[in-house]
Amino acid sequence: MAATDISKITEKSPWQDITEGNQIYGSGTSKAFITGEWRTNTPVFHPDKCTQCLLCTPVCPDSSIPVKDCKRQDFDYDHCKGCGICAKVCPFGAITMKEGQ
Amino acid sequence: MGIRERLSGNEAVAYAIKQVNPDVMPAFPITPSTEIPQIVASYIANGEMDTEFIPVESEHSAMSATIGASAAGARALTATSSCGMALMWELLYVAASNRLPLALTLVNRALSGPININCDHSDSMGARDSGWIQVYAENNQEVYDNFIQAYRISEHKDVHLPIMICQDGFITSHALANIELLEDDKVKQFVGEYTPENFLLNSKEPMSLGPYAVSNYYMETKKAQTEAMKNAKKVILDVGKEFGEMSGRTYGFFEEYRLEDADYAVVIIGSAAGTTKDAIDQLRSQGKKVGLLKLRVFRPFPDKEIADALRNCKAIGIMDRSESFSGQAGPLTAEVTAALYRYKVDSNIVSYIYGLGGRDYRAEDALEVFSELEDVTVNGKEIEQFRYIGLRSR
Repeated sequence: MAATDISKITEKSPWQDITEGNQIYGSGTSKAFITGEWRTNTPVFHPDKCTQCLLCTPVCPDSSIPVKDCKRQDFDYDHCKGCGICAKVCPFGAITMKEGQ
Repeated sequence: MGIRERLSGNEAVAYAIKQVNPDVMPAFPITPSTEIPQIVASYIANGEMDTEFIPVESEHSAMSATIGASAAGARALTATSSCGMALMWELLYVAASNRLPLALTLVNRALSGPININCDHSDSMGARDSGWIQVYAENNQEVYDNFIQAYRISEHKDVHLPIMICQDGFITSHALANIELLEDDKVKQFVGEYTPENFLLNSKEPMSLGPYAVSNYYMETKKAQTEAMKNAKKVILDVGKEFGEMSGRTYGFFEEYRLEDADYAVVIIGSAAGTTKDAIDQLRSQGKKVGLLKLRVFRPFPDKEIADALRNCKAIGIMDRSESFSGQAGPLTAEVTAALYRYKVDSNIVSYIYGLGGRDYRAEDALEVFSELEDVTVNGKEIEQFRYIGLRSR
């Protein structure tokens, strides 16, 4: 079976277009599935206060804090649900939470 | 043609399992189905088959492991009865909604309480809305034949639904009867190899199974399931016909016994059909036009076919071997009556409850039912609906 193009399965899809038993063919499809819109609170990154200790990255349940060349980047807001664990774990106040998207 | 044997219903289905030689069988013992995994385990120990047997710690685990095996790409099955099936409940729906073609050999037994190990249909009738195909048997031969057909139906690409092969606890499961078995090579050829298109252990084509479906997807998923169930009707008939060409025993949705010109008919499921046939033969010899519709396939429900078969009957007695506590009908009566109404069959319908918890149902009981059906029609007698047959009462 060819990999499922999940961009073509939407809330408007007729029942005939949903895969059998909601099975998803192909790997890594969660990357293309934008879930960040569920967010009601949003973390904000303050690079000036960040020491790159990287305590925040492993605690993120949604792998939404990308790391490049040993340095954390800004949030992946396509997948961040705004849980706030990163803000809680940061010792330097480099992450604050704001209400809304 | 065929091999003459004498086997109990449990032995017959275990023998069929050996011939089909599925990949994985997780199971947990419960009366009266215990013998099925026990006999299969012996076959495996003796090197007569190479199914992977998993002794699990509960029926919840048995069905979970069967689902896991099937999702992984294996042809899988389990066996249970009564409360064992009740413990599988949550997973029955998961197997169906994940569209996994797996099998359950159910030996029908009353649900607790009061605790009782004997036959009635409360276990499988309770699971009638779980999305499984349900096939019932009158005798040991039918149990055997039904299991040989099971995977052909369940694995068909237009279906992909789990299938329940049911038989009556103790009445068929433990009683020896003459039976005609098929040769191993014929079974093998008929059932065929299982080659799923998608399965979890296929590393070349990864897939995910059982994702969360929010409100925007849940109803579409259910619609697909119900369409698959509708598709199963044609597949069941095709497979039953092909099986007949091989074995000489053709199967459909139901058996019509002396029904064609019958004024009075009984609708029944399972082993009690044999008892009813005996009563019908007695009455026919007295010139009474009586007949039987023995339902084999309860899911998918062959509503139009049943209505057409009963169209010319003056009175119909519908016999339920399980309570639904609606106060007006058991599940078989409710569904047959709905079908008759929808297809505009105007007949006197009388609902009966019989055989709960293994209560005997005798030919005399069937004679009395036919006598009542005649009394209703000819004399307009008002009779009690939803009557318990063989009940002690003051």
